[in-house]
Amino acid sequence: MPRLEDFSAVAQELSAFVAAEVTPHAAAIDREQCIPREIVRALAQAGMFASGFPEAFGGRGGDAEEAAIRHGLMHEALGAGSASVQGLVNVHHMAGSALARWGTPAQKQRWLPALASGEVLAGLAITEPNVGSDAAAVETTARVVGSDFVLSGTKTWITCGQSADVFVVLARAEEGPATFIVPRDTAGLSFERIDGMLGCRGYMLATLKFEECVLPGDALLGKPRFGVTHVAATGLEWGRYNLAWGCVGLGRACLEASLDYTRSRSQFGSAISEHQLIQRMICRMMVDVEAARLLCFRAGSLRGRKDPEAAKETTMAKYFASQMANRVAYDAVQIHGAAGCAPDSAVARAMRDARIMEIIEGTSQVLEIAIARYGYQERAMQVRA
Amino acid sequence: MSDQTVLEPIRSFLSRSFESRQMRDDEDIFALGFGNSLFAMQLVDFLEREYGIEIDSEDLELKNFQTVQAIGDLVNRKLSARHAQA
Repeated sequence: MPRLEDFSAVAQELSAFVAAEVTPHAAAIDREQCIPREIVRALAQAGMFASGFPEAFGGRGGDAEEAAIRHGLMHEALGAGSASVQGLVNVHHMAGSALARWGTPAQKQRWLPALASGEVLAGLAITEPNVGSDAAAVETTARVVGSDFVLSGTKTWITCGQSADVFVVLARAEEGPATFIVPRDTAGLSFERIDGMLGCRGYMLATLKFEECVLPGDALLGKPRFGVTHVAATGLEWGRYNLAWGCVGLGRACLEASLDYTRSRSQFGSAISEHQLIQRMICRMMVDVEAARLLCFRAGSLRGRKDPEAAKETTMAKYFASQMANRVAYDAVQIHGAAGCAPDSAVARAMRDARIMEIIEGTSQVLEIAIARYGYQERAMQVRA
Repeated sequence: MSDQTVLEPIRSFLSRSFESRQMRDDEDIFALGFGNSLFAMQLVDFLEREYGIEIDSEDLELKNFQTVQAIGDLVNRKLSARHAQA
């Protein structure tokens, strides 16, 4: 069984890449609300988009357990550099994982090599103006017309809606929820960018409007009725896993910034690192980040082994890590004082980004219900045994 | 694999989702309210790991997941297909 320390060389390599190619641009990405194409190219060249895809289609492959952990560490590294860039890679993989898991051989052959290379970027379109956590209630419709499907409706808050080349879209077919593969250039599909968000301002959000979009029959991904429970669920579960690791990275970056700042900042005749109330905040940040990383590691290990416990552990990791990110970023701003509130402050950006993490890929409240349900299941088994 | 050899792990797995009752092999799982996504993907992961099979898009039919017996039949079909290919 792999140990977290076995991955230290990989983690360092990933961090070095992010420090060189992503972190220097993080403030500009936040300010301009846009991820430049050069960064996407650098991510592609470094194989970041290949992670999580099957080797047969250009993915990284390798031992499944190690691959899942390495994939997580990649998201930790990205999260430490820029939550927005982590989000881009995350949604690409969320949509791609649904395709890799439930696509037909022809769909996989058509899309996966281009997704794994980063030549094509993917997005996942579930949320609507009236539909958030209750995904099965989507109002976008998919009508059967001859051998085609016709999509009508509106998706909103879609990450990479301004930039993705293809979307996995959840709609309501006659038999129930169904997912479709929708290229960006589909006739009748239009986009409206969304600016000025609180955090993750480089997500390049958009509203997608489907006006009688005609899709061929082979655009259906999976089967109707299974759109939420299996297809979207596959993407969302990977999204929770990736995001949990991204939060570990965000927290670690805040911790490191706070360690460095408190050493260099003096008040009352000594470095503030000598002040016990500062030490208390540093202590809490350290324990929080490490606890989240260990939850993520365990989730990754179970995911790689396809253990049914993986869903519970992934949910717990995302729940804890996203709340941890908020606590740690909040304290990092407190430690930095006015400097932490300044324009382009990395910890201020982290605090705004962290707020988003508790809302996307399952709100904390929805996850609390799910985690408690797992607890009752397990207890019932213990009592019965 | 014999029917009972296949069915027993499925019964055991499903029983954890039914906190206070043993379900029959022909009982409708969806009618009992276990069609949620957390349960659905747990079941897929369990079947793939337990029996070394792959559930793919062709298998996504309600009738394949409706009862313990239906899930067992799906597993047996997948195992037979794998043996035939070997």
